[in-house]
Amino acid sequence: MNKEKLLRMYYEMVLIRRVEERGAELYQAGKIGGFMHLYIGQEAVSTGLIAAREPRDRVITAYRDHGVALNCGISANEVMAELLGKITGMSKGKGGSMHMASVEKNMWGGHAIVGGHLPIAAGLALGDQYAGNDNVTICMFGDGATNIGYFHEALNLAKIWNLRVLWVCENNQYGMGTAVERASAVDEIRQKADGYGMKSERVDGMDVMKMYEASQKAIQYVRETSQPFLLEAVTYRFRGHSMGDPERYRAQEEVKKWQENDPIGIFRAYLLKEGVATEAELDSLEEQAQAETDKAVEFAEASPEPGMEELFKDVYVEQDGW
Amino acid sequence: MAEIIKMPKLGFDMAEGVLVRWVRQVGEPIQKGQVLAEIETDKATVEVESHFSGIVLQHLVDPGTSVPVNEPIAVVGEAGEQLSVSSHQPAASSQQVAASDEQKAATAEATPTDNQSKTQNLQSEILKASPLAKKMAREHGVDLGTVVGSGPGGRIVRRDIEAALSQQSAVSSKQPAVSIASDQLPVSPAAEDTAIPTTKLRQAIGRRLVESKTTIPHFYVTHEYRMEALLALRQQLNGYLPEGEKLSVNDFIVKGVALALREFPNLNAVIHGDQILRKGQVNVGVAVTVPGGLLTVVVKHADQKPLRLISSEIKAMAARAREGKVKPEDVDGSTFSTSNLGMYDVDEFIAIINPPEAAILAIGSARQVPVVEEGQIKIGWRMKATLSVDHRISDGAEAAQFLQALAKYLEEPARMLL
Amino acid sequence: MARITMREAISQALMEEMDRDPAVFILGEEVGVWGGTYAVTKGFYDKYGPERVKDTPIAENAILGAAIGAAMVGQRPIAELMTINFAFSAMDYIVNQAPKLRYMFGGQFKVPMVIRAVGGGGRQLGATHSQTPDAIFAHFPGLIVVSPGTPADAKGLLKSAIRSDDPVLFIEHATMYQVRGEVPEGEYLEPLGKSKIQRPGKDVTIVTYCKGLELSMKAADQLSKEGIEAEIVDLRTLRPLDMTPVLESFKKTNRAVVVEEGWKSYGVGAEVVSRIYEEAFDYADAPILRVAQKEVPLPYNRTLEQAALPQVADIVAAVKEVLK
Repeated sequence: MNKEKLLRMYYEMVLIRRVEERGAELYQAGKIGGFMHLYIGQEAVSTGLIAAREPRDRVITAYRDHGVALNCGISANEVMAELLGKITGMSKGKGGSMHMASVEKNMWGGHAIVGGHLPIAAGLALGDQYAGNDNVTICMFGDGATNIGYFHEALNLAKIWNLRVLWVCENNQYGMGTAVERASAVDEIRQKADGYGMKSERVDGMDVMKMYEASQKAIQYVRETSQPFLLEAVTYRFRGHSMGDPERYRAQEEVKKWQENDPIGIFRAYLLKEGVATEAELDSLEEQAQAETDKAVEFAEASPEPGMEELFKDVYVEQDGW
Repeated sequence: MAEIIKMPKLGFDMAEGVLVRWVRQVGEPIQKGQVLAEIETDKATVEVESHFSGIVLQHLVDPGTSVPVNEPIAVVGEAGEQLSVSSHQPAASSQQVAASDEQKAATAEATPTDNQSKTQNLQSEILKASPLAKKMAREHGVDLGTVVGSGPGGRIVRRDIEAALSQQSAVSSKQPAVSIASDQLPVSPAAEDTAIPTTKLRQAIGRRLVESKTTIPHFYVTHEYRMEALLALRQQLNGYLPEGEKLSVNDFIVKGVALALREFPNLNAVIHGDQILRKGQVNVGVAVTVPGGLLTVVVKHADQKPLRLISSEIKAMAARAREGKVKPEDVDGSTFSTSNLGMYDVDEFIAIINPPEAAILAIGSARQVPVVEEGQIKIGWRMKATLSVDHRISDGAEAAQFLQALAKYLEEPARMLL
Repeated sequence: MARITMREAISQALMEEMDRDPAVFILGEEVGVWGGTYAVTKGFYDKYGPERVKDTPIAENAILGAAIGAAMVGQRPIAELMTINFAFSAMDYIVNQAPKLRYMFGGQFKVPMVIRAVGGGGRQLGATHSQTPDAIFAHFPGLIVVSPGTPADAKGLLKSAIRSDDPVLFIEHATMYQVRGEVPEGEYLEPLGKSKIQRPGKDVTIVTYCKGLELSMKAADQLSKEGIEAEIVDLRTLRPLDMTPVLESFKKTNRAVVVEEGWKSYGVGAEVVSRIYEEAFDYADAPILRVAQKEVPLPYNRTLEQAALPQVADIVAAVKEVLK
């Protein structure tokens, strides 16, 4: 991988962290409403995964979607504006934190019903298969989603129809507040692929390089064999499930231990050790990410609210006002 | 401090009014702005509001009495207040002598009066009528209390109102319609001749129009308008408007007439002896059919109001006129009148000028007719309108030009939206 | 014009649209090799092959989720649910995903898909397989809900549904596949979201759709012999609901009965009656009545089942009641 791409990945990870830190502040200031699920701690998963896709490969994920949106190339301005419910958000302020998407960036949405987007991901791949291309659909979901019926129907369908889906489970150890071992019949999510005759792999989701390599291999397998694949990324969210989570279900020592294992720190050490970049270069990237975040907040705050004409718009394609 | 309520002047030409009914009885409280009585003028039955809050202390005239404008009709004050036989109305003093005694009695009766009115309300609450029947009764002036309901539980329904209405018209028609002379046909016995006293309104219409037709030299000019564009625009605009706020063809005509009048101030005028008084405002009168005759309601500043406002004003005024609840300002101050029989499938007709105005426009139906366009016979929408003009004020050429100016608006109706 | 069955009309619409647009394909339980559990897609598998007539596992979430995804990326899937009773297993996709994706993402997505589902009682299938839950689905903005009552409408509306860029739930009635009617051949479209007068009359308005139309037409014939001319307004599309012909008719007749096969509580009739009162209160000359299913799970026993379902006689009685 060339230096430019590596530094780009580093920049994206820092940008996700900064945007979400500001998001948390704005949430606490009452400027962001509803649910907001932070990706902090899991940046390496999405960054490594999406760095490995081709632009024609589709991405679809769950509600913890800010990081994925930024990795897919949606601007920090649009992400922040959507969080603030402004018309300049990619969903015109009508979707919010959990509903970020961009057809142009081939990002097919954050979806808020746990597991609900897995059959839809199969459908995106079905659409491509029907059209006769070899695009891969990358479908991300949490460990919690693997216990719901949608997961099993979708994996089964993908296998029997030979759909090009890369299923990526972000195992962050907790489905809301319930630990994996208390909710799932098997401790390793990848075992669930066995029941569908599907290949799988487990990877360290805190190390962006390992994540990138595993993803690249998996995408190539899916594309070439026209078979689905389940990739389990072991990771950890540093913040609560959503804003206002009292986090009674895990010990502070556990959180601390994982935080010492910060994916940004790991990647920084790697870049320095391998001589890819100097401290100064990386500091400069961090400053840029901070500046882009500040600008995004300014942009979002200055943007107008959606007008009343938006209220009835886009309920239907053909007959607004129906 | 007791205050005297006088017969109000409800129009520039009103001289007297008949007190039809006391809405508030002696002893009842009344707030400023609430209706005290109903009076009938030459033009309509209107409600008289109290200008003061207090208790109705005294009625100074009996229902049915004709009272000149500005004469006292009632006294409103505080309960138990002694009437100062006031210096500002000596003419009424003779009637007021016994006022304080009567008023005491009235106050003492106040409680039973309340009970009575409650009983009446209760009765009206259990009068069952369908929403449609209620609406029809309102529109045709039928007193639901006199109708026997034939629906479930004695509910008054449409057929009952229709029966009541046909009875009314049967009574008023002089002869039953028997057109075929045949021994075989049973001939129903002829109804008795019926004498119907003319209402104030009927009398007023008669008086004014006899005056108009006998003293004003009328002449008439007719013009035919192409209505396709207007009808299309109306359909389009109505697509944006909720039920109950749709625009009528007449609303467009009122607006068009008003705009055309701005260009022809001589037709927006009244005659005063040797002088023609060109009016500064363009107030368009619209003739409305009401029970017992017709009334002209007036859209003030019709040249400056948007169509939607013109429409809503006419709807509101016409509804009040039909219910006999017209407000004085509804019927006062017109500078030019219109009469539209378009809804009755009328080709064209002529109207009599509403004095002292200079002209009146009589509007027929918009109908589909064969028209010649570029040597081809096509189907077109056409509407005829006839202007009646006072020859003392204007001449044929000006009348014809006015009608042409009106064509500009009716045939290119988008101008009216500017 | 040919006189064909509802089944043939639906089949014709599907075939014509598949011939016209290669983006159209069918997926569902037993649609292919079996030929459709109601034989609507009989012969399709042989004609179009497994790529365009896709047999699915019995997994309603997978069927509808896959249809939504394929629609989002530009295909025009027609997903068949073996019966509408199985829609409850995939409720999320019908009411919570398909109708919301466009709005929630600020107009970025289209979901041009049709869900075909057969509903209705009267075949002794017991409580879980005999329902008419149309009103539930019509509750959700963003979804179009169509339910035809004649073979011609079935064809014209289904063709329009397939061409619509919005998700359409197309509800057929299990006892109406054999109903025959005149159906125009070839290109024939009926607009979605438009009610239609199916029988003119002056005395009373019957508002209905689907199976209710069949029953109401029979009731109107009986009433006509007694000198009562009922005007029948067929809603055809339950959402968006076109009330214009209903209101026009009611303003003329001043009396109305609403007929539906589903339960009365919170039903289509409740919606129609409310709208009439909201928009034409002054035209009511009698209370509006509803004819609907009795408030019980539909029993297996034939006599009990028929007693629970609305019948022609119920409609005749209701009309006479509102004409009192």
